[in-house]
Amino acid sequence: MAVSTSAPPREQPDRAFRAPVGNTIREKFTQLVLLLGTLVALAVLAILLIDIAFDGVGGLSLNFLSNYTSRFPEMTGIRAGITGTLSLMLLTALMTFPLGVGAALYLEEFAERNRWTRLLETNINNLAGVPSIVYGLLGLSVFVFFLGFGRSLITGALTLTALILPVVIVASREALRAVPREIRDGGLALGATPLQVAFRQTVPAAIPSIMTGMILSLSRAIGETAPILVAGAVFSRRADNEPWNLSESYTAIPIQIFDFVKRPQEEFQVGVASAAIIVLMTVLLFMNSAAIIIRNRYARKI
Amino acid sequence: MDQRTSSDQRAAFSPVRLDTGRPETHRPSASSTDGRSTDTAASRPSAPPKRSTDDVVFDVDDVSVHYGSAPALVNVSLTIQRRKITAFIGPSGCGKSTFIRCFNRTNDLIPNARVQGRIHYHNQDLYAKDVDPVEVRRRIGMVFQKPNPFPKSIYDNLTFGPKVNRMKVDYDEVVETSLRRAALWDEVKGKLKQNAYSLSGGQQQRLCIARALTVDPEVILMDEPCSALDPIATAHIEDLMRELERDYTIIIVTHNMQQAARVSDRTAFFTAEVESENDDRRFGRLVEIDDTSKIFSNPSDRRTEDYISGRFG
Ligand SMILES: Nc1ncnc2c1ncn2[C@@H]1O[C@H](COP(=O)(O)OP(=O)(O)OP(=O)(O)O)[C@@H](O)[C@H]1O
Ligand SMILES: [Mg+2]
Repeated sequence: MAVSTSAPPREQPDRAFRAPVGNTIREKFTQLVLLLGTLVALAVLAILLIDIAFDGVGGLSLNFLSNYTSRFPEMTGIRAGITGTLSLMLLTALMTFPLGVGAALYLEEFAERNRWTRLLETNINNLAGVPSIVYGLLGLSVFVFFLGFGRSLITGALTLTALILPVVIVASREALRAVPREIRDGGLALGATPLQVAFRQTVPAAIPSIMTGMILSLSRAIGETAPILVAGAVFSRRADNEPWNLSESYTAIPIQIFDFVKRPQEEFQVGVASAAIIVLMTVLLFMNSAAIIIRNRYARKI
Repeated sequence: MDQRTSSDQRAAFSPVRLDTGRPETHRPSASSTDGRSTDTAASRPSAPPKRSTDDVVFDVDDVSVHYGSAPALVNVSLTIQRRKITAFIGPSGCGKSTFIRCFNRTNDLIPNARVQGRIHYHNQDLYAKDVDPVEVRRRIGMVFQKPNPFPKSIYDNLTFGPKVNRMKVDYDEVVETSLRRAALWDEVKGKLKQNAYSLSGGQQQRLCIARALTVDPEVILMDEPCSALDPIATAHIEDLMRELERDYTIIIVTHNMQQAARVSDRTAFFTAEVESENDDRRFGRLVEIDDTSKIFSNPSDRRTEDYISGRFG
């Protein structure tokens, strides 16, 4: 190799690719600030969780889960809240799913694009941002009084349905829009009607994302206190009430937590309330994990 | 008269879906020699001059398509011959896709598209008021540029068409017959329950062709079916087209000049030229349509020659 001697070396290779010093510092600094922000948020959350865990673990027991509320902190339980939350969740899901997916399907697949559908869309998007207590007032005036359902389980479920419906519609529309146009074309080219394509191809392909949106909305709904409190939830239900009866009075875990912290005894305010919070958090954690599992399972498939 | 002929002359596309009286769906697959044909367009025997009306599947008369107020394609008239492969070629944007979509009324699904003129399918006006576009799409199948299997199993991909059309057929048989016709059976027979997305691009495209065959169309429209495939997969599809030509009328859009020369019997050349000095809007026109051998050896229009020889486009 006698070639290299003639051409002078231009520049050291290790210098050629070095970033300017200013850039590196700016980048490191930005990363540090972002990291700090994340840490602060996590720390606050961790402190909260640890505090609740310390206060509440002692109060957790099978009796606590299976007893109705009592005046005595050591005998009290959140059975009414658990059954109430479960039945609210189920009823809300049953009503939200067809309404939400139906509305999304109509807007995304069938509605003509005109002034009215645009107005409708804007309204749905705005409704998703209305404070939850407003839905409570809606529930009170429409379901409790106007429709005469009273302060019953169905009123609570309808109120929560109204609360999460806009979010579910928006999420379902996103899910439908993410289904490739080509799948619809393929179905139509085989002589399927638009309705057949929607129900047999588009919705099934979008179902995982729709379910994720549904579950996350539901977990928001069952953590809500204000709307159902306004719409007539009670603090404790009599033991002889049937938990699934639509026309009976109802309660839910967050309502009971609210009740516990309002009571004068410190045992209720700290120990019992924290134990109930742990139960509620566990339910929410399960729902969020379910959402993530569904999303991952199907994301891999497609 | 075989079944095919009787099915060609079936009743009009009534808005009521025709479920009865449909001839048995699956012809036994033609006992064909899988000859990888090497002959070129020039060496193939050109179409017999006989042009009885029965040989004309589509009669296109003065068709124009607008998107909104912008014309995309103007004043196209031509005929499509039965059991022939007709290729549409031309520079990008000259309206080939727009035109091929007219044949199965897919343009109806594009909100601002407007089709004018007449297209007759066996003397039946495709755009007549009482024609059900859904039924048209079943009888005139389509294969797209990008393979678009449904995100389901191979088996379910192939039974979707018969199911939505309520065809009374044995699904297992439909699946096997259509896969054999699309020359895919041997590759997938052991994994029919697998997701179609697990197939290679070329296999997916053959699956889409098989899927189009499941509803027993007479015509298959293909819009650049090989543009996403490698040369080997492309050769597969081309062989397949030559095979299907025995039973189906095929229209194919292609950017690949050699492909048009290799597979088609007739070729239509489209172009999109600026119409005048003071108006730079372009819209597509048909320049000429003729036997492929003639178009590639001795076209009658100068622009065709320029395009084919690569001097333009
Ligand atoms: N959905 C649509 N809306 C509005 N204009 C469209 C639409 N589809 C196509 N066009 C226009 O119509 C003209 C013809 O388009 P077309 O897709 O038919 O061309 P093409 O010959 O298939 O081109 P290519 O070879 O690139 O696929 C183009 O000018 C295009 O911009
Ligand atoms: Mg095109």
